[in-house]
Amino acid sequence: MQWLERHVPKLVLAPSFIAILIFVYGFIGWTAWVSFTRSRLLPNYDIVGTIQYQRLFASPRWEVALNNLFVFGVLFIGISMILGLLLAIFLDQKIRAEGALRTIYLYPMALSLIVTGTAWKWMLNPGLGIEAMVRGWGFENFRFDWITDPKMAIYTIVIAGVWQASGFVMALFLAGLRSVDGEIIKAAQVDGIPTHRIYTAIIIPSMAPIFLSAFIVLAHLAIKSFDLVIALTGGGPGYATDLPATYMYAMAFSRGDIGQAAASAMVMMMIVFAIVVPYLYSELRSKHD
Amino acid sequence: MTLRMTLAASAASLCYASVAMAGPQAEVLHWWTSGGEARAVAVLQEEFAARGGTWTDMPVAGGGGDAAMTALRARVLSGNAPTAVQLKGPAIQEWYEEGVLADISAVAEAEGWEDILPASIAGHMQCEGVWCAAPVNVHRVDWVWANKAILEANDIAMPTTWEEFNAAAEKLQAAGITPLAHGGQAWQDATVFETVVLGLGGPDFFRAALIDLDTDALTSDTMKAVFDQMRVMRGFVDSNFSGRDWNLATAMVMNGEAAFQIMGDWAKGEFLAAGKVPGEDFLCASTPGDGYLYNVDSFAMFTVSGDDNIAGQQLLAELIVGENFQKVFNLNKGSIPVRSDLALDDFDSCAILSANEMTATSEAGSLLPSYAHGMALRGAQAGAITDVVTAHFNSDMSSEEAVQMLVDAVANSL
Repeated sequence: MQWLERHVPKLVLAPSFIAILIFVYGFIGWTAWVSFTRSRLLPNYDIVGTIQYQRLFASPRWEVALNNLFVFGVLFIGISMILGLLLAIFLDQKIRAEGALRTIYLYPMALSLIVTGTAWKWMLNPGLGIEAMVRGWGFENFRFDWITDPKMAIYTIVIAGVWQASGFVMALFLAGLRSVDGEIIKAAQVDGIPTHRIYTAIIIPSMAPIFLSAFIVLAHLAIKSFDLVIALTGGGPGYATDLPATYMYAMAFSRGDIGQAAASAMVMMMIVFAIVVPYLYSELRSKHD
Repeated sequence: MTLRMTLAASAASLCYASVAMAGPQAEVLHWWTSGGEARAVAVLQEEFAARGGTWTDMPVAGGGGDAAMTALRARVLSGNAPTAVQLKGPAIQEWYEEGVLADISAVAEAEGWEDILPASIAGHMQCEGVWCAAPVNVHRVDWVWANKAILEANDIAMPTTWEEFNAAAEKLQAAGITPLAHGGQAWQDATVFETVVLGLGGPDFFRAALIDLDTDALTSDTMKAVFDQMRVMRGFVDSNFSGRDWNLATAMVMNGEAAFQIMGDWAKGEFLAAGKVPGEDFLCASTPGDGYLYNVDSFAMFTVSGDDNIAGQQLLAELIVGENFQKVFNLNKGSIPVRSDLALDDFDSCAILSANEMTATSEAGSLLPSYAHGMALRGAQAGAITDVVTAHFNSDMSSEEAVQMLVDAVANSL
């Protein structure tokens, strides 16, 4: 009986622990193994060295995908955070119908990225969407054809991504703003400190953990972005809007080049680690203090 | 009494069931799930059932076959491959090298496939000398489709050289008509590209560049001229072309918004479905230059165990190349029969033109596999070339840069 009492927690956790061990870490290990082989249609297990990584970094398409990830990641995270923060601050001004407005801004997050991508594809199509509409109003020289321009197309993904995510960031920040101790704010107001100073000097600095959470959520959304690109541009024009995830999919499922797909998946995982590990480190350390 | 009858009935049905189990069995993995294609597969199913077989359908729609390939990979890895799988081109040999394809030479020899199939197409169905797949149809890829009314109104004949095409396109552009209906998807860019390679370089150059991946051919001035022509043609498409599906481009030709489309003969199905008549509403001709690019669908036969499964596989192979299925399927799908001994009375004029030119080019040695549709090269190589073609078409890259990128990409994909 005592034995059972002591071991029940372990027994209860064991199945999920084993499942995670196999299906997450086991398959990461499998992918790592395959990335060192010459696997094509089916995986084979003869290790041949780093040829897949050499091919990967010699591929101009992978270079485009990494550059796009950088551009998209920085702009998507940056703009979503700034917009989300501003919206949260505006909503925090004790305005009327805050509940309704909050729902409206949060709603895009409820849509799947496929829907967002398809809707924006039509809006951004120069012959059907915004350009055609503004021209219809009489501005004949108006141009907004980013989606067909290989140099600008990646920014259309940023637009759609920001539209989708900034409401969610707003909700995070709003919760953060509300959690700041009201007494401190009142004390500042009594001292005659202007509102914008209250925000920049007191409230925002005390929200640092929220910034970190928002950053982590947005960063992993950016890295695994796949459906948005597929729906909005299909990776095109050409492969101008390819991201690492769409590259990996093309290699694994369209081209029968599993070794190459595994190598790109491993690189993607390392990018995620580069972001998440410092976060975990700081989290774990702060608990020991 | 009643009990005895019930018992007898159930015994009879059991007998029936076990008889059916002993008959030929086939599990068929394919992605023909839409309209005419689904009807065409149903024809094969009925024939199979009429010969006493049990057909287990395994349609996997989506992604132009990507989803089906994922399903196939899972089935093969678990040691439980389907009887027959819709596969084409070098993918058949790739699967053969994985050691999972069956030998159906007995059927092929009994049916005389060697004599009724064009030699280059027969080559795709053989793996190291043994027959391992059955061909279903022939799509021609190097077609140019045109709106007849537009051409007549602007006094333009079907172009027979790429200069004529360019001249016609400029004339149309001056008249305010989009010359080329095109969808900016990588495979469509590649389709246009390969017709230009064939037209400007000729069959031998096509073979050297896109089948043998010969470095000299890939870096030659001819290849630069091909990219120059692609750049010219980029100017002939409208500004909304990015990401457009091919059937929407076909509709542009149908509705008189554009004059030409370069696309395989599945585009004909769109015209016919809209009630258009070849020769009256729309025109079909091969793209400028000699040769014939084919896209042949086929079923690869996987290794199965058990007599009923092997019997089913052989019956299936026999029926696929059989006269009835070849005719009915291809009338539904818009392609032409792969066997050259069929009467083509029920087919339209474009199909008859296609069949005649297939026979002629087969004798002249210019019947060639389409690279853009996965007939000429393995997935990784074809994909690497398509990346360059679409990157060039959708940017301001120079032809010299494109040729250099092409060589690097091909080397990197091997």
